[in-house]
Amino acid sequence: MASTVPVSVVTPERELVTTEAEMVLVRGADGDLGILPHHIPLVTAVRPSVLEIRTPGGRARYAVTGGFLEVRGDQVTILARTAERPEEIDVARAEAAKERAEERLREHAEDVDTVRAQLALQRALVRLQVAEESRKTASV
Amino acid sequence: MPQGLRDIRRRIRSVENTRKITQAMKMVAAAKLRRAQESAQAARPYAERIEDALRSVAQDASASRMPLLRPRPVGKVGYVVVTGDRGLSGPFNANILRRLQQEIGKGGEELFFAVGRKGRDYLRHRGHHIAKEYIGIGDYPRYYQAQALGEDIVRAFLDGEVDEVRLVYAQFVSAMTQRPVVQQLLPVERPQGGGGRQYIYEPDAEAVLTELVPHYLYALIYRALLESKASEWGARMTAMDSASRNSEELIRNLVLLLNRLRQAAITNEIAEIVGGANALQ
Repeated sequence: MASTVPVSVVTPERELVTTEAEMVLVRGADGDLGILPHHIPLVTAVRPSVLEIRTPGGRARYAVTGGFLEVRGDQVTILARTAERPEEIDVARAEAAKERAEERLREHAEDVDTVRAQLALQRALVRLQVAEESRKTASV
Repeated sequence: MPQGLRDIRRRIRSVENTRKITQAMKMVAAAKLRRAQESAQAARPYAERIEDALRSVAQDASASRMPLLRPRPVGKVGYVVVTGDRGLSGPFNANILRRLQQEIGKGGEELFFAVGRKGRDYLRHRGHHIAKEYIGIGDYPRYYQAQALGEDIVRAFLDGEVDEVRLVYAQFVSAMTQRPVVQQLLPVERPQGGGGRQYIYEPDAEAVLTELVPHYLYALIYRALLESKASEWGARMTAMDSASRNSEELIRNLVLLLNRLRQAAITNEIAEIVGGANALQ
């Protein structure tokens, strides 16, 4: 049996998942992270990205829009600003958010907050990616 | 039938209708209170974890350089006042505003962030300086609402519009009891207690801290919004319960009065008939 580590994904509004994982993949402040069991204690910010949790039974993906990752000897916790399962994602809304953000970035007007628009774009892209992948797997 | 009896019957019907309404509002409040408590419960794990994380990171030397953590001479104070949008909630809103009143007006500039229509109206009526108002939070506060408020006060703090921010809201004790409290938001007070774990921070402690402190603040505000909602519904439930009880007592007394008058009228009629019959003999 492969070794596993308890993982929980917690948002301000709810506890999304608690499971045993062989590996956790997410984008941290310094780039992509892959957390295996027995990782050293770590705290880092999480960027908008696809969170993948590999369990002995398969893998699950979630769209996270930022937050923090904490590893203690015995536990991995993702404190996510928001975290959504693929089936919870409102594709039409993410699509609209993407277009709005792209529009803003194209305009390049002075009153546009570029950083904000870029973050919005990233969030929309992550959501679309997660929703898209789950549709593909579902149709196979 | 004499006029008095009809009036009393009408009155009873009217009070009964009122009682039906307050009874229904009580049931609604009870249901909403339960949901508000569930939301508060669901928010707890995140709040505890982020507090934990901050407790550890805040021990880093860079913490003393963080503007959001560093106290400074207080000239201007900002108050975040959390009330409800609606009344019919007993002394809920008034208690919060009374607590606020004890706190303010001691000289020095004051700035207000009004959450809820009741508080906004009160502050506006008294001519206080409202920096921003947040109306229509709804029955189920969402985290992004807390974050928006948090971002506003952080900006005001960093821009030097305020040197300290305090939060006034009703802590939920039970459906019967809500305690108005004043809590400091900014500068952020570091969570008490030791138990600091040794972590590696990526990219470094200062960068993590810079992002963590605002989110800890948003979690504090979110929790206050949820507690305030639970308090509001608790207060409303209690108020509606006692209103229903009062209606029942009123109805009981009115029915008693009605029967007494009816009895008296009947007795009177019989006496007249008997009197009339006797006169004919």
